[in-house]
Amino acid sequence: MPINYYLFLSIALFSIGIVGVLTRRNAIIIFMCVELMLNAVNVLLIAFSKMHHLKALTANAATTVGTEAQLFVFFIMVVAAAEVTVGLAIIVMMYRNIHSVDINFLNRLKH
Amino acid sequence: MNITEILFWFLTAIALLGALMVVFSRNPVHSVLWLILVFFAISGHYILMNAQFLAIVNLIVYAGAIMVLFLFVIMLMNMNADAEPQKNKWLKMAGTIAGGSLLLVFVAALKDSELQYRSLEGQEGNIGLIHHLGKVLFTDYVLPFEISSVLFLSAMVGAVVIGKKD
Amino acid sequence: MSKLIYLVPLFPLIGFLINGLGRKALSKSLVSIIGSGAILASFVVSVLIFLDVKQPGYAAQVVHLFDFIKVSKINIPFAFQVDQLSTLFLLIITGVGFLIHLYSSAYMHEEKGEHYARYFAYLNLFVFSMLLLVLGSNYVIMFIGWEGVGLCSYLLIGYWFKNNDYNNAAKKAFVMNRIGDLGFLLAVFWMLSQYGSVDFGNVFSKAEGTSVSVLTGITLLLFVGAMGKSAQIPLYTWLPDAMAGPTPVSALIHAATMVTAGIYMVARSNILYTLSPLTQTVVAVIGLSTAIFAATIALKQNDIKKVLAYSTVSQLGYMFLALGVGAYTGAVFHVMTHAFFKALLFLGAGSVIHAMHHEQDIRNMGGLKKYLPITHITFLLGCLAIAGIPPFSGFFSKDEILTAAFLNNPLYYVVGAIGALMTAFYMFRLYAMTFRGKFRGTHEQEHHLHESPSAMTIPLIVLAVLAVAGGWIGIPEVLMKDSHWLEHYLAPVFENSTFRMKQENHLSHSTEYLLMFGVAAIILLVIFFAWNKYSKYTKTTAENTGLARVLENKWFVDEIYDAVISKPLLAISKLFNNIVEKVFIDGIVNGVGRLIQYSSRQMRWLQSGQVGSYILIMVTATIVFFLIQFFWKSN
Repeated sequence: MPINYYLFLSIALFSIGIVGVLTRRNAIIIFMCVELMLNAVNVLLIAFSKMHHLKALTANAATTVGTEAQLFVFFIMVVAAAEVTVGLAIIVMMYRNIHSVDINFLNRLKH
Repeated sequence: MNITEILFWFLTAIALLGALMVVFSRNPVHSVLWLILVFFAISGHYILMNAQFLAIVNLIVYAGAIMVLFLFVIMLMNMNADAEPQKNKWLKMAGTIAGGSLLLVFVAALKDSELQYRSLEGQEGNIGLIHHLGKVLFTDYVLPFEISSVLFLSAMVGAVVIGKKD
Repeated sequence: MSKLIYLVPLFPLIGFLINGLGRKALSKSLVSIIGSGAILASFVVSVLIFLDVKQPGYAAQVVHLFDFIKVSKINIPFAFQVDQLSTLFLLIITGVGFLIHLYSSAYMHEEKGEHYARYFAYLNLFVFSMLLLVLGSNYVIMFIGWEGVGLCSYLLIGYWFKNNDYNNAAKKAFVMNRIGDLGFLLAVFWMLSQYGSVDFGNVFSKAEGTSVSVLTGITLLLFVGAMGKSAQIPLYTWLPDAMAGPTPVSALIHAATMVTAGIYMVARSNILYTLSPLTQTVVAVIGLSTAIFAATIALKQNDIKKVLAYSTVSQLGYMFLALGVGAYTGAVFHVMTHAFFKALLFLGAGSVIHAMHHEQDIRNMGGLKKYLPITHITFLLGCLAIAGIPPFSGFFSKDEILTAAFLNNPLYYVVGAIGALMTAFYMFRLYAMTFRGKFRGTHEQEHHLHESPSAMTIPLIVLAVLAVAGGWIGIPEVLMKDSHWLEHYLAPVFENSTFRMKQENHLSHSTEYLLMFGVAAIILLVIFFAWNKYSKYTKTTAENTGLARVLENKWFVDEIYDAVISKPLLAISKLFNNIVEKVFIDGIVNGVGRLIQYSSRQMRWLQSGQVGSYILIMVTATIVFFLIQFFWKSN
């Protein structure tokens, strides 16, 4: 499939993730939508890496052009994992204090 | 239409459907489950593009570890469908419109982009194979690799410290 | 020698700085030595320069000191003009100024050290400004001096600043001066736009080519300035009130020097005035009316200084009459003789006031002749001089003016002569009520009567000699051939004007003798009458009625000004304050503040603390950026 299709897939997933973040009030659901956005970006990165690789293959059969993108995706996953760990710990703390995960209660930034 | 195309469209449909259900389902547990489905679809896309290593890692890390963690926390809090309060109607509308506009803007901006009309699927190219990725990872990018282990260490310590009851 | 001209104003300036800055540290004798010494030094330099200038055929020199204003095409240097006219004024200012400084050192002796020094500092600053005025080689430098003397007049009138009435008098003087200064400034701007320069040489040489209406406008505006500075109708009411200042100040500023600034200015600009006949008529008429008007008021005043003040206004009117009919030399001559006898009269009055321990009402005086002999003799000589009795100085100068007036329009002469008669009358009324008859004051005062110290009487004697002999430099042709030295001396300054003025009907000798001595004879009769009448004056409690009351109240001019000018202005300003200031301007300024407060209150809602809305805004902004980036066709 041409790269455009992957592009639009990624855009669609990303926008859905944004809608989710803006629309839901539950902190955990919002977190999950953020993961959805990250995945959309991953898809796009891998699609581009394949595209560059295929382009370079015509010139040189033993090229390794698109590797960096895939490694980047790998590291994104690493970071996502760490982030989820800490984020969920925070949410659990929050729940322990106010017994709700409604983000409307988190308006301390007002002061 | 060859099999690759059919697979592509099928996987895309599943991914989009799953994403929409994540956002619009009431029960948080259902949202998690739909998200897992999305991850499977995306891993399918990776395999189509011959990025085998990442497909497996995606499944193991995301669908396996992260989503399970989510599920644990949800069940810890004993959330069910009617527990979630509804957001202000206007804000929901505004949010939907914003997201939709973003979609439209992206699409409009990129629809005329001159990219190559070449099919990306297929078994050509070895870069997705673990053997090549590993080689590049441990030679050019060994420093970020090591540092990411420190990152995990700090994440663990952070999670424990935050979650401590004192 | 003329290169040393910068020393002349420099000495008083240094005196001002030393006395002003060191007023708390210096002793009184040191202060008076520095103050008087500065003027004496200036006088010596002026004399040296004068000896140079009076050589026949001396051409006016412009001594350039430094560049003052130099902007594209406008060049106004700080330069002095050394010629016959300015040198003559230099002598008058520094000479009479020195005598008055000497006199002040004794007169002001009661003041505390710091205030004594302040007095001398102001006096030196005044002399400095006056010297700038007469020495300037262009109208801007003259204006600097013009403003400076106005300022010093204010400072000195309000010298005893603890008395609020004196402060009001000082303010009145300054404000009226300012009104005149506006006219002066407008004239300077007009000249600048018309000629591109305010330098005397440039303006006067280009004057012949200018249209009469432009010249009339400029000269009228200059005359407005002179009206304010030299107390002509309608800007004269400040001068009698200025008598609130110490008497030596009245002598120096309001008799001999500052008030003559207007005459100097017109005399300097003589070519401009000769070329505008309309302005000349205006000047003559205003001068004449002022002369008569002030004389009528002086007839019924009872304060010794006020009589002299109105007399000054009246004599200034005569000087302007002379300028108006083109007798420029006559006007300058009268300036000189008036400086001598009016300063003498004021200093004599000061001596009387000093002896009477600050009593100024002549109804409480009388018979002072035996207690204050020197003051008496000198005062009498001054009165004779101002009345115009030959061979005293006033006779020659006043006669020259009246003769010139007759040549122009016989009516001027008649009115002027009546004024001269009134002058003689009120001056001798003043003399008789003060020095003759029986003493009408209290017993206390009589005990303390004594002649003034020599520091005060010596200037009186010197001025008396000048008042007697000063006229002999201007003896007219009729009486003695080729004796009008002053006319020959000042000829180069006025030559363009005298060339232009048509010498119509030259008077026959017999007419001139009649004009001169006829008036003198009538004046003698008037003097006898006043002397007799007022020597027998006794205090009465009868109120003045009718015309006498109007004259005593100065024709109610101050009250008229108050009702017609001051009150409406105050009403308008009150209106402005209440409506324009409070409603509009405050409204706008406060409104801006309120608007900011309101909008900040509304904007505060953005900071809700809800992360959700923050993200919404972020997304919206991102959409906008994308739109701009991809779709705005900016080249």
